[in-house]
Amino acid sequence: MEALSELPLNAEPARDDAVIEVSGLRMNYGPREVLNGVGFSVGAGEVIALLGPNGAGKTTTIEILEGFRGRSAGQVRVLGQDPAQGGEAWRARIGVVLQSWRDHGRWRVRELLRHLGRYYEPYRAPYPTDELIEAVGLTEHAGKRVNRLSGGQRRRLDVAIGIVGRPELLFLDEPTAGFDPQARRDFHDLVHRLSDLDSTTILLTTHDLDEAEKLAARILILSGGRIVADGSPDQLARGVSRDAQVRWSRDGELFVHATEDATRFVQGLFAQYGDAIEDLEVRRATLEDTYMAIVRKEER
Amino acid sequence: MNATTHAVKLGLARGWIEFRHSLTSSTDMYFNAFVAVAFVVVLYFQREVKLPGTDVSLAAATLPSMLALLVAVGGLVGTVGTLAVEREDGTLLRAKAMPHGMTGYLIGRIVSTSTAGLVTLVIVLVAGLILVPSMLGTGLGGWLMFAWVIVLGLLATLPLGAIVGSLTSNPQAAAGFSMLTIGALTSTSGIFYPITSMPEWLQVVSQIFPLYWLGLGMRSAFLPDSAVAAEIGQSWRFFETTGVLALWAVAGLLLAPPILRRMAKRESGSLVQERRERAMQRVS
Repeated sequence: MEALSELPLNAEPARDDAVIEVSGLRMNYGPREVLNGVGFSVGAGEVIALLGPNGAGKTTTIEILEGFRGRSAGQVRVLGQDPAQGGEAWRARIGVVLQSWRDHGRWRVRELLRHLGRYYEPYRAPYPTDELIEAVGLTEHAGKRVNRLSGGQRRRLDVAIGIVGRPELLFLDEPTAGFDPQARRDFHDLVHRLSDLDSTTILLTTHDLDEAEKLAARILILSGGRIVADGSPDQLARGVSRDAQVRWSRDGELFVHATEDATRFVQGLFAQYGDAIEDLEVRRATLEDTYMAIVRKEER
Repeated sequence: MNATTHAVKLGLARGWIEFRHSLTSSTDMYFNAFVAVAFVVVLYFQREVKLPGTDVSLAAATLPSMLALLVAVGGLVGTVGTLAVEREDGTLLRAKAMPHGMTGYLIGRIVSTSTAGLVTLVIVLVAGLILVPSMLGTGLGGWLMFAWVIVLGLLATLPLGAIVGSLTSNPQAAAGFSMLTIGALTSTSGIFYPITSMPEWLQVVSQIFPLYWLGLGMRSAFLPDSAVAAEIGQSWRFFETTGVLALWAVAGLLLAPPILRRMAKRESGSLVQERRERAMQRVS
C-alpha cells in the first residue's frame, strides 16, 4: 500500500460539476504496477474516450470507477462517492456495459429488459421497454431468446440493459466490437441522443479511433499506467504536430509539403501556378496519427 | 417504495420466470426423464427383495430414499452448478451492476432451484408410484412429513451449494466436487441399501451428514411402521432428523452470506473475461 498522504501525480483542480474525479490512482497486482498515478476529471454531460494500448490499464481504471475493483492508493470520486463504498442508490445512477456478457441465454429479449429495468423503479422510472428495444434496433427480435441473437444484436441488448435505468453516468467498454457498419452508425446515433437529450455523462473505451473521434469531445490516452494525453482530438493533434500535409500535382508530377499554415501556402501555390495545380489535398493529422505518435513516444 | 422489499419481489418474479424456462427447456426435461427412468429401473430390480427383518419390499424403502437423494442433489449439485456457470457467463456480475441486484439474484436462484427440483421430484414420485402402489395409501401425516423433509432438506443443502459454488474456480471443478461428495454420501447413507447392514463406524460417519437424515425422514413419511425394524435403534427418530437437518441449515445460512458476499465482491468484467478465455481453451 502506498501512503495516502503522498502527493497525487497529475493533480488537477477539483471541479464543482465533476462526475468523475481521480487523482494519484495507483494499482499494483503483486509486484506489477498497472496504474502509476492516474489523474483526470470528467464534468457532467461530457463524452470521454479512454484510449490506450492493450495492457495499459484501461479496464483496471474503468473497473475501479465502476466499483468492481479495489485500488492500491489514490483518491477516486464517482458521482460524489468513493466507488469502493458506493451503495445501492449510487449503483442505480450508473450504467455499465462490459465486454463479454453471455448471461441470461434462456430469457427473451423483452422479458429480460423489462425485468432488469424494474430494479431501478424505486429510484426513477426506467425507459419503457419497447421504446428502448426500438432505440437499439431490436424490435423484430424482441420475442427471441437471448442465446439466439447474433453477436452484434447481443451487444445492442447489453447497451440497452446498461441504459435502461436512465443512468447519469454510463461506462461503455468497447461497445461496438463486432458491429457491422450499419449497427455501428445506429449505435453512434444512440450515444449522441443519450448525450444530447439526457445529458448522460459517458466514459467509453475503444480501439476504433475513428469512433472515438466521432463520439467523444475529449480523449484520454492511458499508456504505461499513466494518462499521457488529455484533450480534444484537435488539441492532441496540435500537441504532436502543428503541421498539415499539402499534396498536389502539377504537370503529372506529385508534390508533398508539410506546413503550419496550410491556407497561406495553398494561396501562394495558386498565385504562382494557377490552373496548373491539380489533385489538391490538405490533410491535418488524424487522431490515428496523433495516437500513434503519442503512444510510440511513451513506449520509447 | 422500499428498494430491498422491491428487490425481494423481483427475485420471486425472477425465480418464477426461470422456473417457466426450465419447464420449456428440452435439456432440463431430458434430465428429468433420464433420472426418472434410471430410478424406475432400480426399483424394478428391487421389487421382489424384502427389506431385512420386515415384509416390506426393498423397492418400497428405496423410493422414499431416492426422493431424499433428489432433494439433496437438487439443493446441492443444482446450486453449485448454476452458481459456477452464472459466475462464468456474467449473470452474477450483471446482478452486481444493478441496484439490489444481488438480493434479487439470490432469491430468484433459491426459488428456481427449489421449484425445478420439485418438478424432478414429482416426476420420479409419479413414476415410482406405478411400481410401488402401496405408497398411495400414505396418510395425511405422511404427506405432511414429506413436505417438512423437503423444506428442511432444501434449507440444509441450498446454502451448502452456494458455499461450494462460491469457493470453486470453474464449473467443471464445481460439478466434479459436488458429484463426488454426493456420490460418497449416497453410497454410505442407506439410500439404496439399509444402513444397519453397514459397519458401525460408517453408520456413525453417515449420521453426521444431512443425506442420511433426509432419507430417514422420507422413509418415515411413506413406510409402514413395521419397516422401522431396519433402521438404527428401530426408531424413526423424528426429533433427531429435524434437529440435525436444522443444524446444517443454520450453519449453512450463517456461513453462506459472508462467503457469497466475498465471492461477489471479487467479480469483475476482467475476471469474467478471463474465465471465458479459459473456457474457450477447454473447448478447443
